[in-house]
Amino acid sequence: MSLQPMSMVKNVPLKKRLRNISGSTIKHLVLILLAISFVFPMFWMISTSLKPDIEQLRWPPVWIPNPFDWANYPRAMNFEPFLHYILNTLYYGVLSVIGTVISSSVVAYGFARIDFPEKKVLFIIMLATLMLPFQVTMVPLFILFKTIGWVGSFKPLIVPTFFGSAFNIFLLRQFFMTIPISLSEAAYMDGANEFTIFLRIILPLAKPALATVALFQFIYAWNDFLGPLIYLNDQSLYTVSLGLQTYVSSYGTQWGLLMAASTVATLPIVILFFLTQRTFIQGISLSGLKG
Amino acid sequence: MAVTVDRLAKLRSSKAKVRRNRLWGWLFISPWVVGFLAFTLYPFIASLYYSFTNYNILSAPQWVGLQNYQYMLQDGLFWQSLGNTLYYTIVFVPVSTVVAIAIAMLLNMKIRGQTIYRTLFYLPSVVPLVASSVLWLWLFNPSFGFIDAFLRAMNLPAPGWLYSDAWVKPSLILMSLWGIGQPIVIYLAGLQGVPQELYEAALLEGANAWQRIRSVTLPMISPVILFNVILGMIGSFQYFTQAYVMTQGGPDNASLFFALYLYQNAFQYLHLGYACAMAWLLFVLILVATLLVFRSSARWVYYGNEQ
Repeated sequence: MSLQPMSMVKNVPLKKRLRNISGSTIKHLVLILLAISFVFPMFWMISTSLKPDIEQLRWPPVWIPNPFDWANYPRAMNFEPFLHYILNTLYYGVLSVIGTVISSSVVAYGFARIDFPEKKVLFIIMLATLMLPFQVTMVPLFILFKTIGWVGSFKPLIVPTFFGSAFNIFLLRQFFMTIPISLSEAAYMDGANEFTIFLRIILPLAKPALATVALFQFIYAWNDFLGPLIYLNDQSLYTVSLGLQTYVSSYGTQWGLLMAASTVATLPIVILFFLTQRTFIQGISLSGLKG
Repeated sequence: MAVTVDRLAKLRSSKAKVRRNRLWGWLFISPWVVGFLAFTLYPFIASLYYSFTNYNILSAPQWVGLQNYQYMLQDGLFWQSLGNTLYYTIVFVPVSTVVAIAIAMLLNMKIRGQTIYRTLFYLPSVVPLVASSVLWLWLFNPSFGFIDAFLRAMNLPAPGWLYSDAWVKPSLILMSLWGIGQPIVIYLAGLQGVPQELYEAALLEGANAWQRIRSVTLPMISPVILFNVILGMIGSFQYFTQAYVMTQGGPDNASLFFALYLYQNAFQYLHLGYACAMAWLLFVLILVATLLVFRSSARWVYYGNEQ
């Protein structure tokens, strides 16, 4: 009599455990299939870049070339001055990061830590500019920069970053607001003014947020296409994205070469992503949750 | 000590405080104010003015009234590009929202290796758009591309992808779905913020998995959904780079998106006035669509008890 309930008690967890195991196996199976489909294109890019052209046509495909044929890389680097494109992109990226980080943090401090009557309206205007499509200001900006002789240089891409970017100001403001106001008040009573408070107290505490903004801006600059397309009409100024685009029309069927060039354009950003993953993911989560 | 008390008094005395704060406040935000006037407000108004002119850069703009806007009505390519962009937006935004939430929910199930999966799903989003465009040109290639070769091996028909009127937009949408890592990460963060007690309470009341999703998960992450939907919509309306690199609008203008046609008008045909009129129309469209979504959000976004 007493055995039956015992076995039932034992049985239920076993069934449940079995169901849990099969449930988590199914979850993993689904996730693995999804992960493969997300990663496969990048794998295929690298694989293609390491194969001679004849092997591209084979089916079943050569998944991992043996041996690696590196010939596509020097070809891709030398058909056009690709290393020069990389230097141009670094120039654009680094200067625009400096501009954005300095200006956006200064402005964000004003919006986050100082109370003044016009702040609310100005902040709403700033948020509204986030909705403004670039196409609306594109033509007059081009004409403005052409008139002052900046078209054909990096200035139209870099100079505006020294005036703060709405998204980054918003992100930094959210972060600055989490710093206790009592820290500022204590410093003020010790004789500090707003500028020294910003420099000595807020900025050191905001390093992770500043790193996030720097990272976002660098990746934005590295990936930017429409801006360079409009303003950099001289091949010696081309960025990686712009240069890569001209490869498509010039070497449209040499897939090994195109994939080698794409890999070179992608690798620095992927490495940067892996090195800074934590900052990165936190920044993205922050942007969405405090919105 | 006396100095400290004095400063404290000064800090608290409201009149001096207001004046001091106003000065410092404007000083700190002045870079943005200058940038806003020069790089946003001025071009914003100038482009409205240009939209009423005939302008080709070479000679001064010439006032033509509503001509550019009237020309839109009879410009077949304008309508086609508008239709293509609406098609892209109407399909991509809902599909990407559902897929991103589904993946984020899978990731949120206390699964081993969560961070590794999250990294893998995010990875495509850091690939430069031009590089991913070149990559997908290769994957979609009808003769030797992987996708067609795979379909042939499975004895399945291949639709011609980027070379087919009917399939070019679905192909580009498919490619965009590959890059939804950012919303996935944001949704996942939102899901992780849902209090566990709510699920326990729902379980106690006998709610099944689907009911828990419907009445706990989705309402709790609805503000995040609103954020992502609006962001996705604004981005979709401006869809440009991939079409520029991969199809140049073809075949038969089936992938001539609004922003691409606008760019062509501005910088290839030098119809700058017309381009500005198109840009203003785009702006109004985005504004109206965003406002509609915001208004509808009163019915489906849950902001907790205080509202």
